[in-house]
Amino acid sequence: MMFDLIIIGAGPAGITASVYAARKKMGLLVITKNIGGQAAWSGDIENYTGYQFITGPELAGKFEEHMRKYGIELKENEQVLELKRKDEGVWVKTDKGTHEAKTAVIASGKRSRELGVPGEVEFKNRGLTYCATCDAPLFGGKDVAVIGGGNSALDATLQLIRIAKHIYLINITSALTGDAVMREKVNESKKVSILNSARVTTVLGDRMVNGIKIKREDREETLPVEGVFVEIGLIPNSEFAKELERNGLGEIKVNSYNETSIPGIFAAGDVTDVPEKQIIVAAGEGAKAALSAFRYLAQQK
Amino acid sequence: MVNRKVTIYSTPSCPFCMMTKRFMKENNIDFEDIDVSTDQAKAQEMVQKSGRMAVPIVDIDGEIIVGFDKGRIRKALGL
Repeated sequence: MMFDLIIIGAGPAGITASVYAARKKMGLLVITKNIGGQAAWSGDIENYTGYQFITGPELAGKFEEHMRKYGIELKENEQVLELKRKDEGVWVKTDKGTHEAKTAVIASGKRSRELGVPGEVEFKNRGLTYCATCDAPLFGGKDVAVIGGGNSALDATLQLIRIAKHIYLINITSALTGDAVMREKVNESKKVSILNSARVTTVLGDRMVNGIKIKREDREETLPVEGVFVEIGLIPNSEFAKELERNGLGEIKVNSYNETSIPGIFAAGDVTDVPEKQIIVAAGEGAKAALSAFRYLAQQK
Repeated sequence: MVNRKVTIYSTPSCPFCMMTKRFMKENNIDFEDIDVSTDQAKAQEMVQKSGRMAVPIVDIDGEIIVGFDKGRIRKALGL
């Protein structure tokens, strides 16, 4: 079946795009790994207009309800592996099959960056985690390490100060970045050892994590920790869009109409080089991308 | 529908835990919610059962599911 539009991703950008496209009566398919994207695992949200306070899962739930109201065809738990221009349209290959459409909106967002060191995969969810908000409370009275030096690492450290026994903050640069207010709090805490210019080389353990190896000024040392919180930022889910122009961070380049370097393919939200990664920005960008796709189709006729 | 015993091990701040519980409510599934951030013994039990230090852990009639894995949860519940 040839759709008018395939939307890849169902976070704030993809869902908003789907609502706009549905209201334009476009023949529509949404393909996504999950619903809600990063918004679903945000904590408290206090800057999405109309909601003075709402949690990430609740807002994601509202988004999902809104999308489902339109009876949009949705492929959930399906991952896009390749997207390319074919004839006058686009061709999408996923882990479950292939789909074709006249246009596409890529709204696949970002995911946690991984360390890429031995032990990381084996000990994921066995002491190593990418979700401090979720798992920090499990490490009461234990020694842990937080990897990173930006806002999310500082945020994880501040959460852990109330819970863990001691926190090693392993920062690859020579000084912490992140907001000054959080840096001060971390610096003041006697529970935190800040190790700058240090990088993790191995995650150790048997059944569960029992340590990490780090390298500092060419010296290797082992820290006995039971928890490893990886907070080294996000990377865009743009690997499948190899034909599109991307920036140094791997973000898909778009103009103010959400057009990518290939006609008929649009992109929106955190996967793009749009400044400011915010739920409300992503939602707005999704709306723009859907309307651009609609206008593009109208001009083709 | 067969009545299954569902236990969710969770922490209060965990978004995936909230989503899991929301999913159960939407599907009218009764479950026991255990907050492992305040109950050390239950936290131990969760680690024993699952071999994981992560939440949510869902126990459906003894089948252990790590994370909000909608597909596996649906299957285990026969939805």
